[in-house]
Amino acid sequence: MSNKEEKGYLSAKESRRISKENKKVTSVLEKKYRRKNESEEEYLTFMEDTNNAVEVRDLHTYFFTDMGIVKSVDGVSFDVPIGKTVGIVGESGCGKSVTSLSIMQLLQRPQGQIVSGEIRLNLGDKAYDIARINAAGAQKLRGKYMSMIFQEPMTSLNPVFRIGKQVDEVIALHNSEMTKEDVKKRTIELLELVGIANSEGVYKMFPHELSGGMRQRIMIAIALACSPKLIIADEPTTALDVTIQAQILDILRTLKDKINSSIMLITHDLGVIAEMADYVVVMYSGRIVEQGTAEEIFASPAHPYTIGLMESKPVVGKRVDKLYSIPGKVPNPVNMPNYCYFKDRCEMCVEKCDGDYPEFISLSPTHKVRCYRFYDQKEGK
Amino acid sequence: MDENKKLEKAKRLFIDTSFTPVEYDPQYILMVNNLKKYFPIKDGLFASTVGYVKAVDGITFNIKRGTTMGLVGESGCGKTTTGRTILRLSGEKTAGQVLFNGEEVYDKSPAEMRKLRTKMQIVFQDPFSSLSPRLPVGEIIGEAVKEHGIVTKREYNDYIDDIMDKCGLQPFHKYRYPHEFSGGQRQRICIARSLALNPEFVVCDEPVSALDVSIQAQIINLLKDLQDHFKLTYLFISHDLSVVEHISDVVGVMYLGNLVEYGKTEDIFKNPAHPYTKALFSAIPVPDPKAKMNRIILEGSIPSPANPPSGCKFHTRCPYATDRCKEEVPVQKEIETGHFVTCHLFDK
Repeated sequence: MSNKEEKGYLSAKESRRISKENKKVTSVLEKKYRRKNESEEEYLTFMEDTNNAVEVRDLHTYFFTDMGIVKSVDGVSFDVPIGKTVGIVGESGCGKSVTSLSIMQLLQRPQGQIVSGEIRLNLGDKAYDIARINAAGAQKLRGKYMSMIFQEPMTSLNPVFRIGKQVDEVIALHNSEMTKEDVKKRTIELLELVGIANSEGVYKMFPHELSGGMRQRIMIAIALACSPKLIIADEPTTALDVTIQAQILDILRTLKDKINSSIMLITHDLGVIAEMADYVVVMYSGRIVEQGTAEEIFASPAHPYTIGLMESKPVVGKRVDKLYSIPGKVPNPVNMPNYCYFKDRCEMCVEKCDGDYPEFISLSPTHKVRCYRFYDQKEGK
Repeated sequence: MDENKKLEKAKRLFIDTSFTPVEYDPQYILMVNNLKKYFPIKDGLFASTVGYVKAVDGITFNIKRGTTMGLVGESGCGKTTTGRTILRLSGEKTAGQVLFNGEEVYDKSPAEMRKLRTKMQIVFQDPFSSLSPRLPVGEIIGEAVKEHGIVTKREYNDYIDDIMDKCGLQPFHKYRYPHEFSGGQRQRICIARSLALNPEFVVCDEPVSALDVSIQAQIINLLKDLQDHFKLTYLFISHDLSVVEHISDVVGVMYLGNLVEYGKTEDIFKNPAHPYTKALFSAIPVPDPKAKMNRIILEGSIPSPANPPSGCKFHTRCPYATDRCKEEVPVQKEIETGHFVTCHLFDK
């Protein structure tokens, strides 16, 4: 029995108790999110820097499961400047997708909740705090000011509606003054924009008639339909071949400049990040371990996890006998240790690593890392 | 008699089954000669055959003992079908030869085939769907061992422990079920399952594409260690070129059912000859933001294998296509020792 407890098994009684406690917390948060007759002032806020499209400050997103609270995003802060691309890298389960879903307010409710923190979205003349917004308010923002391109184009299009109808829907919803003909014209325009040659034909097709690359183009067209300020691309090319991936990345890059919006690119492929991103955020177990410009991160990676990630990826043209692999595995998300989460897998540990989770150390104005190895250097200088 | 019937049927359906048979060369464990695999398209009231999807359309290559051949290409180009056809896992072949240790795989009787199955194994792409959720891991690995009588009953438990240990699994994992494992661990179970039969040849069908980068490295290292230990020969199918470069000795590039280029890994990666290989390599994202991008972006996507373009199948997307490419089918040519290209550009 004791053996089982150690490995994270829970008795039914314990599980029920946790479930009851969770319900108390989530029902309060849920009620707040579902509130009606809100006034805009409730979530009006100011940007720290008006050149940023999005500012995320100390975001905490928890999942209240029957096994305990999973801190998927645990104090994440970063900026997305207007017209730039921010890449978020990390293993699966590190919280990169949950961060983006929090921004979109698309979390799996009621278990998933934004517990605290701010997400400020710049709308030009004003700014909204998405973490405090309610359901109706979020609906108005989604699609118009921020939109998302999902990982699997196969499953994210509705198989029973024609392509044209699915794109029309977004445009018509956010532009009620447009006539049906105008909407259709705009849809065809969008399809041409994302490089679909036979746009009139594709307008009448069903998703199953298109290839993976074409479907991802449709997803991009839907995401760009209202020229949003922020495009979140969640692993947009993972399901695609290299040649198609090159085409899609090319489209994303040119279109971003055309409508002057920002991209938040989530991927685990460091090659894609290097090619697309201006700024890079590396996440591990719900926290940011390193952030900086793409040049800084790739030229001088500081955190052992970033270094490990880069070494474990085979690179064309550089043959090694044995690939580096990060030892161990990600800690259990329910019972996180109180020291650095990466310590158990780290090969560069120093004495201080037994202490609390390290704070950010600035290596340059833009390059920050959370690792004790740099504490000494800083004090010495 | 049987052979004649087959030929007659093929003629009726306008399939070219002619090929020149090859002689067995003992240095090669596997010889594939002009292998074809067509899947019929059925339509109409009586489900008559109206055409064929030419998944594998005449490919030729040999694999030496103890080496790894990588097979790359876009999805839908027939990589997986090639692997499965070699193992006789997708019905009858349409034409060609598959010589495993000098013996034609498709001439075996069911009983002989059963025996041969222990010698050639496969590791599937998706570790989440290729393990039975109702069997504990020990059973999954041991089922075939019991069935084929690889070891005696007394040695059985030790044997399973030994295999699991070599694949990086703990003995207590034996009593657990697949859902209790992570993706990387599951892929280890899949590898243990195929190695438990003492195979000589293993087809690895995209074994790492469903895994995270850091786990990918672990599995690739494991595959390499096991190759040294058991003297295995791999056919490594993947669309990730960097992984293929890392693990293979010989690389084949496939496009729409054909092997367009085939040669030593160094030759292919340093000196790609076929326009498709060049485009494929230039599309790999390099993890260096300062790297110059001289990208050849291919227009459009891969044509339908049911209705492939005439002549060279690549001519619709090829930047160097000429009128000749539209009409004449290119043949495989050796441009340097062991480096074969199927392209008109290299005709003298």
